[in-house]
Amino acid sequence: MKARVHVMLKDGVLDPQGEAVRHALGSLGFDGVGGVRQGKVIELDLADGTSEKTVREMCDKLLANTVIERYDIELA
Amino acid sequence: MRAAVIVFPGSNCDRDMATALTAAGLDVTMVWHKDTELPAGLDLVALPGGFSFGDYLRCGAIAANSPICRSVKAHAERGGFVLGVCNGFQILAETGLLPGALLRNAGLKYICRTTPLNVATENSIYTSAYTKGALINIPIAHHDGNYTADPETVARLQDEDRVAFTYAENPNGSAQDIAGVLSANRRVLGMMPHPERAADARHGGTDGAPFFAHLTQALASA
Repeated sequence: MKARVHVMLKDGVLDPQGEAVRHALGSLGFDGVGGVRQGKVIELDLADGTSEKTVREMCDKLLANTVIERYDIELA
Repeated sequence: MRAAVIVFPGSNCDRDMATALTAAGLDVTMVWHKDTELPAGLDLVALPGGFSFGDYLRCGAIAANSPICRSVKAHAERGGFVLGVCNGFQILAETGLLPGALLRNAGLKYICRTTPLNVATENSIYTSAYTKGALINIPIAHHDGNYTADPETVARLQDEDRVAFTYAENPNGSAQDIAGVLSANRRVLGMMPHPERAADARHGGTDGAPFFAHLTQALASA
């Protein structure tokens, strides 16, 4: 089975990289980009039957820093 | 007085740190990250600057979960002294021994230059060599030194006099100009600037020398 973890900076935490991307899009002529937030996607190859709880532990212990980041888990 | 400097793959200030601690009179042992136990009878553990594990995932995240860090955590939880500089601060934040996190610099650039710091408290073995409010010049060299924490945590750090140093000219967007913070028991310090790079006249500045000289005396009486 696979799991896909999306890690994003929490709302309210300034994302200077996202801001730089937003400016770059503006300078390419794309108007109306109100905001850009940049995150990461982590794909995990897991033993069948791995629970979402286990993946959540992986996120809390290592994959995300919950001081500044939030995460979503997709199991497939 | 005995100190250990932890060496991770990608540490690059470990020898500078060991040199500064040795010059201040400490007996220094280098400890590899895969070791599971710290040497017995340590007075201080230092986590040096660098790019442990290539900054993969997040700065300090992999190092914070390396075998030796369990022992470093236990040392701190027993009331031991721990100093983390630059990547060492990032690692301490990732272990949860210090609150908050270090984000990418607000200006997105890696910054390597000497910067003025205010000594924000005299109340720790790391800062008591200085007078509160003193301005000292210490180099910074980081890409991810933008200190952040939720507003309640920042207010608590200020109320409890746990901000050790602040930037006189905030270079990276840190909340409340914070450059270094102390643990609740004031024995764990994390700071982005590098006092070990201003500890010898040949460095071009010696404002970091009192930091180490006084540390040795303070450890002896702690």
